[in-house]
Amino acid sequence: MSQSHRLPSPIINPENKPFWEAAQENRLILKVCNSCKEPHYYPRTICPHCGSNDTTWLESKGLGEIYSYTVMRRGVEVPFAMAYVKLNEGISLLTHLANCDFDAIRVGQKVRVVFQETQDGQKTHLFEPLN
Amino acid sequence: MSFVTNACIAGIYEHPLRVAPDHTVAQLHAEVAHGALLDAGLTLNDVDAYFCAGDAPGMGAVSMADYLGLKKLSYLDSTDTGGSSYLTHVNHAARAIAQGQCKVALITLAGRPKSEGSSGTQVRSQYASAPDFAFEKPYSPAPLNTYAMCAMRHMYEFGTTSEQLAWIKVAASHHAQHNPNAMLKDVLTVDDVLNSPMIADPLHRADCCVVTDSGGALIVVHPDIAKTLKKPVITMMGAGETTKGQMGGKVDLTYSGLAWAAPRAFAEAKLTPEQIRYASIYDSFTITVLIQLEDLGFCKKGEGGRFVEGGQLISGKGKLAFNTDGGGLCNNHPANRGGMTKVIEAVRQLRGEAHPAVQVPNLEFALASGIGGALGTRHGAAALIMGRLQ
Repeated sequence: MSQSHRLPSPIINPENKPFWEAAQENRLILKVCNSCKEPHYYPRTICPHCGSNDTTWLESKGLGEIYSYTVMRRGVEVPFAMAYVKLNEGISLLTHLANCDFDAIRVGQKVRVVFQETQDGQKTHLFEPLN
Repeated sequence: MSFVTNACIAGIYEHPLRVAPDHTVAQLHAEVAHGALLDAGLTLNDVDAYFCAGDAPGMGAVSMADYLGLKKLSYLDSTDTGGSSYLTHVNHAARAIAQGQCKVALITLAGRPKSEGSSGTQVRSQYASAPDFAFEKPYSPAPLNTYAMCAMRHMYEFGTTSEQLAWIKVAASHHAQHNPNAMLKDVLTVDDVLNSPMIADPLHRADCCVVTDSGGALIVVHPDIAKTLKKPVITMMGAGETTKGQMGGKVDLTYSGLAWAAPRAFAEAKLTPEQIRYASIYDSFTITVLIQLEDLGFCKKGEGGRFVEGGQLISGKGKLAFNTDGGGLCNNHPANRGGMTKVIEAVRQLRGEAHPAVQVPNLEFALASGIGGALGTRHGAAALIMGRLQ
C-alpha cells in the first residue's frame, strides 16, 4: 500500500517562512543555536533548549532513521504512514513515510528526505526508506 | 500551611446520558453542576469559585458563570490542559481554598462529541492556531495516530505486545458490565480486542476509548464545610501537574509528564505507590494506561505490559483495581476529555459508593491521573492523591 492523495498544506508565517522557502527548493533546514550549539525542531526564533535568540538556519543532510511510526488505516485520505524520523543531526520530526510498502515499515529503518507538493503547491518533507 | 486536609471533594456527579442530541453543551454543564451540588448538599448560592476548561462554550468561565447564575465568585480558573484539565482544577481549587481565597469551588465539564460526529481519527480543530501545527498540518496528526506511535515505540523498546494492551481493555470491560450507564457493557476477551479492526497500527478499535455526549462536575470545599455535610469526607492529600512535549526535537515517546508530576504528588501525600489499591488512570487508549502505570511508579519503566497481563487491573482479582466504572475505554469519555470521570470514580471508591461488584473494601487512599492533549506530541499531565478521613 502507498498513498496517492495530496497532503494538506502547511501554514506559512513570518517566523517559519525561510523553512518553507527551502522546502520549495527541496532543502530541509533546521535551526541551530549559536549559544548552546544544539539544533532544534520545529524551528523557532528563540532556542527552546537554552533561551538564546542567537539562532541560525542549518541545512540538514536529510538522513535519519525511523524512531516510531503508525499506518493510519481508518478515517479520511487513508492509508498513510506517519512517523517520527530521528535525523542524523540528533533531533526528531513528525512526518510521513513515502515510496514504500506500508506493511514492511520497521522502527530503526534508515530513511532519507523527499519533498512532495501539498494541496496549494507548497512542498513539504517526507521520508523514504534507503535501498 | 499543610496541603493535607485543607480541601475536600464534597460533591460529584456524572451525567447519565451518553448520547444527548437534544441538549446544548451549556445545558449539560448546568445539569452536572446542579447534580454535584445536590450530591454535596449545597446550593448555587454557596459557590464562590468556578473552574472550567475549553469544553465550556463561549468565553469560558465568564459565559458559564453568567449562564449558571453564579453571583458570588471570588476565584476563577479556566486552565485548559485537555482531558487532564479537571485534575488540575481540583489541585488549583484545593490550593486556593487552603490559601483562603474561596470556600466552595464548582468544576464542570460537558460536551457532545458523539452528536457532533467527532472521531479519534480526525485532526482536532483546537490545534489550528498552534505554532507546531504550522509544521504538522500536512501530516494530519490525530489522537489515534499520535498515540499509536507511542505504542509502537514502547513495543520496540520493551517488547510490549498487543495482547498485553488488550488486557487493559478487558479489565475495563469487566467493570463496565456492572455500570448500567456505560456506553459499552459487554465483557470482552483479549481475542475480541485483537480481532477488532486495526485503526492505526498497532492500535485496534477496541484499544480506543468511547466517544460520548455527557459531562461531570465536582465540588471542592473547605474542610470546615465538608464536616457539616452528610457524605464521607474525602480529603486532598497530594497533587502534581506538568506538561510534556517534543522538547525541541529530543522526542521520547516512552514516558509521559506523569514521570515528573506523580513523584511530587506522592511526596506531598507522604505515600508510595505500594499503598494505593485503587487508581483511576486516564484511558483515552490502552497504551495511555500502560505508560502511566510505569510513570506513576506501580511498576518499572518497560514492565507495564507484564504488570497488566492476566487481569491484574480487575477489581477483586488483580493487584491494582483501576477504572471500576468502566473508564473511558467502556463507560464514558465526555467531551473527549476523561479527567473528570477519573476523579468522580475515585471519590465513589473512597466513599464506598462504587458498584458492590467492583468496590475495593476498606479503601483509605485513591489516585487519579490524567493525560490531556496528545501523548505523542504534547500533553498536560496531572495526578491527584485523595484519602478518606477515618
